[in-house]
Amino acid sequence: MKIISFPHLGDYYIPLSLFLKRTTNQVVIPAPPITKKTIEIGSKYAPDSVCIPFKYNLGNFIESLENGANVLFTAGGGCRYRYYAEVSEVILRDLGYDFDFYKLISQDHLRLKEIYFLFKELNPSLRFFTFFHNLLYTIFFIWDMDKIDKIIRKNIGFESNKNDHDHLKKKMLKEFSHTNSILKLNLLYFKYKHQFKKIPIHKPKQCLKVGIIGELYTAMEPFSSYFLEKELAKMNIEIKRYTNLSYLLWQKSWMKHHMLHVSRKYCKYPLGADGLDNVYRTIQLIKKNYDGIIHTKPFGCTPEIGAIPIIQKICEEKEEPILFFSYDVETSDEGIKTRLEAFYDLLNIRRDYHDKRISRD
Amino acid sequence: MTKGYLGIDIGSISTKGVIIDRENHILASCYLWTEGNPIRAVKKVLKRLQKQIEKEDVQVVSVGTTGSARKLIGTILKASIIKNEITAHAIGTLSKYPNVKTIIEIGGQDSKIILIRDGIVIDYAMNTLCAAGTGSFLSSQAKRLGVEVEDFGNIALTSNNPALIAARCTVFAESDLVHKAQIGYQRNDIIAGLCRSVALNYLNNVAKGKKILEPIIFQGGVSKNIGVVDAFEKILNTKVITDENGHFMGALGVAILAQKEKEISFSFDVIQDDFQTTSIHCPHCPNHCEIICVNENGKLIDSWGNRCERGKVPAN
Repeated sequence: MKIISFPHLGDYYIPLSLFLKRTTNQVVIPAPPITKKTIEIGSKYAPDSVCIPFKYNLGNFIESLENGANVLFTAGGGCRYRYYAEVSEVILRDLGYDFDFYKLISQDHLRLKEIYFLFKELNPSLRFFTFFHNLLYTIFFIWDMDKIDKIIRKNIGFESNKNDHDHLKKKMLKEFSHTNSILKLNLLYFKYKHQFKKIPIHKPKQCLKVGIIGELYTAMEPFSSYFLEKELAKMNIEIKRYTNLSYLLWQKSWMKHHMLHVSRKYCKYPLGADGLDNVYRTIQLIKKNYDGIIHTKPFGCTPEIGAIPIIQKICEEKEEPILFFSYDVETSDEGIKTRLEAFYDLLNIRRDYHDKRISRD
Repeated sequence: MTKGYLGIDIGSISTKGVIIDRENHILASCYLWTEGNPIRAVKKVLKRLQKQIEKEDVQVVSVGTTGSARKLIGTILKASIIKNEITAHAIGTLSKYPNVKTIIEIGGQDSKIILIRDGIVIDYAMNTLCAAGTGSFLSSQAKRLGVEVEDFGNIALTSNNPALIAARCTVFAESDLVHKAQIGYQRNDIIAGLCRSVALNYLNNVAKGKKILEPIIFQGGVSKNIGVVDAFEKILNTKVITDENGHFMGALGVAILAQKEKEISFSFDVIQDDFQTTSIHCPHCPNHCEIICVNENGKLIDSWGNRCERGKVPAN
């Protein structure tokens, strides 16, 4: 019997496991939730200087294999990440595990036909229509979930009853996964969108607003950023985050020329991975009067290291507060909290100062 | 009766406490080593502060804590405000030097830069990932060279030709130092080189890309080392101000912040209470959150460290 598994990335394991289950007709068990143990195992077997997403993924793979999985799925990316599938496969084989390994994205492009034949290997009776239907269903699932997440990030810091948003999101994801029809899925989306907007909040008109930019894994996997968004929500801050799967899968490619145009003063060429995107986002966030920006990256993330001096320069010119976080295995969350608290104080003091200046003028 | 406001700054190496009045005058102050036991250090600080204000009629009406053990001590003293050290330092320094534009702070384990314009904090940075170029590095190297770290500054000033010591990373700095000593450099030249490398390391790592404008104030434990002050002045080519109360700025800042908080009844009797902390590894999932429980006279007063509700320790 085949048991399929794959590493975690935020809540995306839900649509992904549905997709795998419905197309392959096999048992799908996503990796166990990320804990300190995951990163312990991951960093034990990973090369020391590799970036932290690799260590999380490797930890996920090993925990999955220990759980009985024998088919592993992984994606690819635009930076060193595109080579990570091969490296982790070699490490896992050297550790003596026996498994089949599938890459969804090879050579930077998502090729529908290739993926279809890949799935046909796993499930010879798979019809193209079923495959295509489920692919569309998954795309809509991710799209709807990302749109709901945007609403949540706007309001979660101000909810009147604690955990209202979390509970409703859990309920929504459960109901999403019980349907198979794309039409019903989208109807459900509108129903929940309405419900999310009705959650009681007490949001002041002039609340603090912070934008999160940076490398994609640390932005999307809450464990890897030490639950940065949760901490910000506790401080009653509205959060804006551009990076999500819908952005990476289809928005990014047609945004490129526009981003280059907007950031033409600072970059002439894309910086690799999300480097240019983050320069563009910095400009946008400042234009939209966000109070501050938080940039996250794994320690040693090369595309972001290239983008940071440019972002710093823009922020210096426009006097925008920015906070940089560089995550690695040993970063204690106490230090992160201290910096976040100080950042919060800084934003508040600036706000007060500007308000006073405006009322004086 | 004068109303007093107590501010305590519990750092990794030293613990500082001040009592101020409404006009920010320091009524009592105390500075001692934390020695890895913040609770004991704070009790000692409180004892000394109590002695200093014995003769005057001062009633402490509000308490603030800052520094790396701020949460633990804040819980024990039932503080009105618990603030991070960056804000506390900025507020404390601004109360004495309203025109300051740059604060350089190098402590035992961390170093930070705070940029201030028109009396408001506009930017800050703290050392990341490693404690290069901080006080603990200097004291460990002092031990290696067989001198007291307190004498470092005076020895450094006698050198005319500081040895060049790598400034990027303290591991390299250390091997550089050993190498320079072995090939026959004078000890004062090496020490002066070390002070220079601390200043350079700070400017390359923490203050990277920040505009350092005058007036500059240098504080934290390392600011007591005139060798490092001299190195900063030479590299930046400007005057660097150090304050004799520079090490109290964090405590002063949080005491000032405590003035605005609600008044509480604080009694020095807390010294007599028995505080115990225990750490539990939560057994509910493989994350094994480390939960810290604080007990006062055998009774649980607070606990933290759990990431979810399952790890919550019930109050008894």
